[in-house]
This record gives sequence, C-alpha cells and structure tokens, in this order.
Amino acid sequence: MTLVKTLTGAVSALALGTIGATAEPALVFDLGGKFDKSFNEAAHNGGQRWANETGEDYREIEMQSEAQREQALRRFAEAGMNPIAMTGFAFGSVLEEVAPDYPDTRFVIIDAVVDQPNVRSVVFSEHEGSYLVGMMAAMASDTGTVGFVGGMDIPLIRKFACGYAQGVKAVNADATVIQNMTGTTPAAWADPVKGSELARAQIGQGADVIYAAAGSTGLGVLQAAADEGILGIGVDSNQNYLHPGHMLTSMLKRVDVAVYDAFTEGADLAPGVQVLGLAENGIDYALDAYNEDLVTEEMIAAVDAAKAQIISGALVVHDYMSDNTCPVQ
Amino acid sequence: MDLATLLQVLDSTVRLATPLLLACLAGLYSERAGIFDIGLEGKMLAAAFLSAAVAAVTGSVWLGLGAGILAALLMALIHGLASITFRGNQLISGVAINFLAAGLTVVIAQDWFQQGGRTPSLMGGARFEAITLPLAETLRAVPVFGPIYHDLISGHTIPVYFAFAMVPVTWWVLFRTRFGLRLRAVGESPEALDTAGVSVIRTRYAAVLICGVLCGIAGAYLATALQAGFSKDMTAGRGYIALAALIFAKWRPWHALMATMLFGLLQAVALRYQSLELGRVTVPVQAMDALPYILTVVILAGFVGRAIPPRAGGEPYVKER
Repeated sequence: MTLVKTLTGAVSALALGTIGATAEPALVFDLGGKFDKSFNEAAHNGGQRWANETGEDYREIEMQSEAQREQALRRFAEAGMNPIAMTGFAFGSVLEEVAPDYPDTRFVIIDAVVDQPNVRSVVFSEHEGSYLVGMMAAMASDTGTVGFVGGMDIPLIRKFACGYAQGVKAVNADATVIQNMTGTTPAAWADPVKGSELARAQIGQGADVIYAAAGSTGLGVLQAAADEGILGIGVDSNQNYLHPGHMLTSMLKRVDVAVYDAFTEGADLAPGVQVLGLAENGIDYALDAYNEDLVTEEMIAAVDAAKAQIISGALVVHDYMSDNTCPVQ
Repeated sequence: MDLATLLQVLDSTVRLATPLLLACLAGLYSERAGIFDIGLEGKMLAAAFLSAAVAAVTGSVWLGLGAGILAALLMALIHGLASITFRGNQLISGVAINFLAAGLTVVIAQDWFQQGGRTPSLMGGARFEAITLPLAETLRAVPVFGPIYHDLISGHTIPVYFAFAMVPVTWWVLFRTRFGLRLRAVGESPEALDTAGVSVIRTRYAAVLICGVLCGIAGAYLATALQAGFSKDMTAGRGYIALAALIFAKWRPWHALMATMLFGLLQAVALRYQSLELGRVTVPVQAMDALPYILTVVILAGFVGRAIPPRAGGEPYVKER
C-alpha cells in the first residue's frame, strides 16, 4: 500500500513537473535513428547547439516503429512541450490529425507540408544543392559517366536525382548519368550491401563519381567508391570525413539550422511554409580539410557562380516534385 | 552484352550469392536433422555485429571472424535449448532469435561505440582482403579464359572460396559418412536412430551447432568483407532468401549451390539493369526482386517437381515410455 502511494506520488510529481516546465521544446526523430550520420543526426546537432547556447534542455524520442508516431506527438503535446519538431515526410499524415487537437502547441515538420494554423512546414530546395554537386561531379569525372544511387523510390529522392542530372548536363551535355534506386520499401534505406553492389555495377559501366542519397545504404555506396578508388558524394550531413581522399563533397541540407531556428523562436514561432534553399543557407555543398585536395579552384569558381545565379533567380533548377517529371535523364 | 559486362554481372552474382550459400548450407544441416530454422537471419545479424565489433577493437579480421562464429553459436545454442531440450516450437524459437538479434545488436553497439548502433569503420587488417590466385596476372592475356580466371574466379575474399568448398564437403559429410547418415536419419525417423542406440539429442545439437558456425561465417563476410563495419539490420532479409533457396534446392547441397547462384544472379541483374528489356517485353526491377519468392512458391505448390521436407522436421522428439 505504501509502495503504491509512493509510486502514485512520484508519478503525479513527475506529471506536475513536466507541466510546470512550460515551453520546453521537443524533438522527434524518424525511423533510422538519431545517429544516422546524415538526416536525423543533423536535426540532433541543431538541438544540441541550441541547448549548449541557451543552457536549457529539450526532450527527444527516436521512433522505433510506424505505430509510435501519433503516440509520441500526443504525449509531448499533452506534457506541455512547445514547440515540437519532427523530422521526416512520414510524419505528414499523422500531424494532419494531431495538430488540430492541440491548437496552443506549435509543431514544426521537416520535409513535408502540413496545412494547419499551428504548424510550420520546413522544406528544402534539395534540387539546388544537388545541381551544384552535379556540376562538381561532371568536372571531376574523367570518363564522362557519373552515378546516382537513391534510397527508396519516392518523389523526394527523384528530386535529388533530377537536380543532380541537371547540374551534370550543365557542365557536360554529353555526360551519362546512371541512376539507380535501391528499392521501393523503407528497407531500401538500410541495405549497405546492396548499396555497394549498385555502386560496383555503376563503376562497371564507367562511372567514376557517385552521389548517394540513400540513408545507411549510402554508406555502402561510399564504401564501395572508396574501395574501388573512385569518388563519392555524401548527402544531408557533411560526410566528407568518412573516406578522406575519396569524398568529392557532400550536399548539405541544414536540418540543424531549421531545428535551431525553431527552438530559438520558441513557443511563438510563426507557422506557415518555410522553404530553405541556397539563398537562406539551408542548402550548400561541403568544403573542408578532407576534400580540399580534390576540389579545384575552377570547380569552386564555377559552382559559386551557379550558386549566385540561382540565388538571384537568373538560373532556375527544375524541381521534380513540382510536376513529377525531369527535363534531363 | 559483351564479355566484360557479363563477367561484371557474374562477379556481382558471386558476391551476393556467397552469404546466401553459407546460410543455405547452414539451414541444410539443421533442417536435415529435423530442426526447422527460420532464425538464420538473426544468427547472421548477431555474427555480423560481433565480428565487426571485435575486428574494430582488435584490428584483426580473424579474431573478428572467431567472435562472429561465437555469436552465431550462442544464438544456435538458444535455438537448440528451446527446441531440442525443452521441446518448444521451432518456428517460434526461430522468430524469437530474429527479434533478439535485431534489438540486441543495436543496443550493444550503441553502448560500446556510441555511433548510433553502428561499429566504427574497419581499416586494413580488420577486413578480409581480396586474394589474387596464382598466375591470375600471367594468364590474363589468354583470350576468354584469361579474363574469366582473372576477373571472375580470382580476386574474391577467403569466405567466398570457403563457401564454395563447403558444397562438396557438405555433400560428402551428409551422404558418405556415418555422421551424415545419422544426421539424415534423425530428420526422417528419430525413433530408428534411438533404437540403434544413437543419441537423438546429441545428433540434433551437432547439426544446430554446425548451422551456427556457417551462419557466423556468413555474417562475418557481410560485415568485414563486403562492408567495413556493422550497421542496423544489415542482413536485410538475406536469411529468409536463403530459406527460400533451401526449399528451392529441396534440401540438397549441389542444388543449394544452383539455387543460391540463381537467386544471386537475379539480384545482380536487377541491380545492373533497372528494367530489363527482353525483346518487346520490359521486366521491371520489382519483378526481378520478387522472383526468388515466386519461384519458391511455384516449387512448393508442386508444379516443378515436389519439395518434400525431412519427415520429422519441426517435431520435437519424445521417447516412448
């Protein structure tokens, strides 16, 4: 009996504690986990940066299965967390249902658009960044053939592929872009062995630079590229350090900036759709100590010129998701 | 298709088929002894993790291989304990092993290395290196045979050659030795073996442990030869494809080689050509991916010969009173 009392007491104290600490932000990671060296890890870094700078704390949870999404969002909302940020397009339909039930809570969803008055939708112009790394790939390639390995075959990944192909063709109109998708189920994000074989198949067809946008499968692609002595291009986070000397660059998607901004603005962040592109520094290519020997002055000049043109609007990179077609193959 | 392309596809076939072949032979020993094993996937995963972890810490791939075999053996022992000693349901025990391995590997990896359920990347001696067979360079100039020998037969890692060698060895053990006869007997009619004074329990344990060793090598091959480290769920269903291959092969070693090579070839072709054009028909990549399962169902349905599993398979042995 006493034990039960103590327990109930402890539980209510905990509940009160969480409600008491209002406006504590929360971060929900998608399947794939916090330390995927890529997309989710970028979100984690953004949250950490905010926590270090402000000295405050935030709550987080990693999804283990599809069924947990709604539960996690409701738990955090009911505990008074605000704002609640989540990573991944898969939260879209769940948030559509959950958001109206908590009108006083602000939600931030990355990579999807949810049209609710208390939701900020953050989407990135991945096609612009992919265009830039595509240009670098074409300039670094000796064979005139470059590769792309995508994860699950969804419009978002085709957007990466399409931007990349446009960048390659802008530098070398005769170049061949070999495109492969790993699969059509979420398992396609986590099969590095298949990623390696895809990369080897592309190398067999002459590819000497391969861009991987495939979660953990991409780590297999980059490994095969390093093993076979060609160049790989990473995605989302800066992956240059994985294989120094064999990583041409990484297409950076500043998920960390999106999370950091959301947490900084706190409980009264502005809802609506936020598109982060080159102009907003939401998208960029990586240049650091690990790849400075591979990237020539010429490449930097060409890529930065294109970047300026895209920002000014003089150059428009076609967005695959706008009409589900790609002008180049 | 020219010779070079053909060789690249076949080379990829060999790499993709090796883990399938090892797991298929592993299942062959176990199922021939009457212990169904759908835990091949879990055993490979556990082995992949521990081999990569130990190789990363010690820098030696051989210690890694040993640790991988140990991990798979441990899983095999759990399966044996549940289904032989305690006469539990073999399918449920197998499923439990798959879940156990999927969860445990990530948790332990996160605890040891703090890299999100991954092991650090393996370098140099912590990975299996491709070995060049004697005379490969010299014979390269010989037309047709040279490139085949140099590109396809030479240049693989040790587990690949081991897997191929295991096919005739398995045939010999199963069909030419006393142990093999007993192993097959225990899967068909354990009473007979018991009457002859041979321990059913011991024979079945031996088969399950051999299965563990082979799964261990398959897992270590994935993590330390094909890849440079472990990542979450990296077996990606290969244990199940190996099971399908085992049924397709009707529980025979040479057929197992053919079945796994066929499944490997299908995967390799699917990776090379996103859509395959055969005359006027275009085969989409998804159809190629599904083909191993479709073929297995066709075989099970009895359209192309019949697949008859060992008669005492799936049943725990209870001595008559």
